[in-house]
Amino acid sequence: MRWLLLKDLQILRRSPLLVALLVIYPIVVSVLIGLALSRAPEKPRVAILNQVPAGGEIISLGGEEVNTARYSEELFEAVDPVRVGSREEAMELVREGEVLGALIIPADITTKLQIGLEPATVEVLYNAEEPVKAQFVQDTIKSQVQDANAALTRKFTDVALDYLDLVVSGGDFSFLGRSFNVLGLGPAEQVLRQARAKVPPNSPEARQIQQVIDFGRLARQNLDLSDEVLSSVGEPIRVDARVVEGAGSTALSSFAVALAVTVSLMFVTLLLAAGTLALEREENAFRRLVRGLVSRTTLLAEKVGLAAACSSVVALLMLCGLALFVELDWARFPLWAAAAVAGALGFAAMGAAIGALAREVRAASLLAFMVSLPIAFLALVPSGAVSSGLYDATQVISALFPFDPALAALVAALDGSSDLLAPLVHLLVLALAFATAARLGLRRFG
Amino acid sequence: MTQSARPGTGVSAPGAGAAPVLEARGVSKRYGARHAVRQVSLAARPGELLAIIGPNGAGKTTLLSILAGETRADGGTVSRRPEEIGWVPQQPALYGRLTVAENLRLFARLERCADVGAAVERMLAQTGLGDRAGDRVETLSGGNRQRVNVAIGLLSEPQVLLLDEPSTALDPGQRERLWEFLRGLLAGGTAVVYSTHNVQEAERHAHRVVVLADGEVVYVGSPRELEDVVGASGLGFETAFVEFLRRRGH
Repeated sequence: MRWLLLKDLQILRRSPLLVALLVIYPIVVSVLIGLALSRAPEKPRVAILNQVPAGGEIISLGGEEVNTARYSEELFEAVDPVRVGSREEAMELVREGEVLGALIIPADITTKLQIGLEPATVEVLYNAEEPVKAQFVQDTIKSQVQDANAALTRKFTDVALDYLDLVVSGGDFSFLGRSFNVLGLGPAEQVLRQARAKVPPNSPEARQIQQVIDFGRLARQNLDLSDEVLSSVGEPIRVDARVVEGAGSTALSSFAVALAVTVSLMFVTLLLAAGTLALEREENAFRRLVRGLVSRTTLLAEKVGLAAACSSVVALLMLCGLALFVELDWARFPLWAAAAVAGALGFAAMGAAIGALAREVRAASLLAFMVSLPIAFLALVPSGAVSSGLYDATQVISALFPFDPALAALVAALDGSSDLLAPLVHLLVLALAFATAARLGLRRFG
Repeated sequence: MTQSARPGTGVSAPGAGAAPVLEARGVSKRYGARHAVRQVSLAARPGELLAIIGPNGAGKTTLLSILAGETRADGGTVSRRPEEIGWVPQQPALYGRLTVAENLRLFARLERCADVGAAVERMLAQTGLGDRAGDRVETLSGGNRQRVNVAIGLLSEPQVLLLDEPSTALDPGQRERLWEFLRGLLAGGTAVVYSTHNVQEAERHAHRVVVLADGEVVYVGSPRELEDVVGASGLGFETAFVEFLRRRGH
């Protein structure tokens, strides 16, 4: 077998275009994925017209001063702000495409926020000639405005709750520079009980005082509940995230890295295994080899081993390259290697099965591409994107090919968010099944 | 009816009386309902050149590939194991991206030659390709590729060499050099069995011919005897061959 291996390595060395493709392809994929994961999207240029007068950013809520400039600063950090002096100037910049959008903050925004009788409004102008970027500007501004809304709502809620507490429990209150003492429902009930004790028990005055005491108690009890009501109003929808499927959550970066490596592993291994096996037939050497020089099983093992070894190395190099962009846990390197080797074996056996069917390298390569791409896409169909029946069908089909378990194994190896053993066993079973199919193919078609 | 030349009756057949170095008995092969080869028996003796001829689709290549161990027969026996037989398929079975020497070295190793280097040097010398040893096979002419193809078949110094239409892709000059080379092998006692659809070539070089038609052996003997059988002496072997097949309904 070693002479066949040596021969295949010699042929690979003399196929610079193929080797370049097999080396450059994963590198390009690694760099692209790495850049995509490590670089934030470019900030959109947005014209900003802030009409709020200097010092007017501060509003007073419940005796507490709130600087609204804090929220606008957060927005400005999310975009590339271009300060303008007038609405016309902002519109001109948008029209000429100098900026993707304009944000106009009116002078009365803080007054409206303080009074709270009508909502404060900001105006967004955008250029719709580039729909994707326009949507990006809108989403960025909306997101920031929603953040500000949420923060201000929480502030309003806190102030309202303070007022309610004053009504229920009583205390000091300051308004327009004057201080007041508010009795509160609780202390008022106490006063009324004392007053009732001083009048005859069955007198009309005692009954009237009792009615006021009952009203006060009812009001206080209901106002006690208003804390939760106001909190709900301030944040009507809360997110309570729970993991239902899987032992943990996979970081997007780990998934993206695993996906990039699995796709590269798939193409490199399939092409190598299918191509080298098909080459034996294309060169008419297959029949000469198997008539006593080498058994079909040995030949198959050599092709699977060669493809798996080369592509495992490529996958691990790719992971090392991606580690330059994305933080990966180097302590898990042996698990990366196990996942890469198992995935490579699965793909190599599948490639050998394809190579056993094809009589020439071009046909084998084309077949490998045509088979592998739909399988990869199928494995990436998320639940809920299609009907449950169709989703189950995609899951069954995906389980018959190495892409899905290879991806699962790499994800598990990278961040430990899921079980690694199951996909490894799955891959080895598939490798055995495809190797058997390849062996039968060699007997049938060879 | 199969007519067999008695041993020793072939024109200048060497090794007459010697034990066959290759013997096939009752070899059969079917592809579905079609009989590619039906109950074929033949023998080749040391130094003998045996030509298998017949019309297209007669089963020549199938028979040779069975004798070479490349195709499994449905029935019958072949006296030698595949690794004891030199085999030269019709299409050169070589790696185009390897050099001539690398191809020879690879197959010499796979053939488990005792001295790989010596075997390669010997074949380079015998085929006259010493000056092309470092050239990639993909850069060689069809004739030179065929020479390397033959050389690989001879690496293990087999007593029997099988060639499937070896001269098909060669020009007259290359063809002549091939026959010169094969004559050298025959002189050394190697039995050569080859298939061809060029009956003139068979007449000129073969000691005996095996005529196959529809998978069956319909004649074994010298070319001259075939002319005698047909009663077409003087008309030439090709005419006699065509007439022989016509009379037998092929």
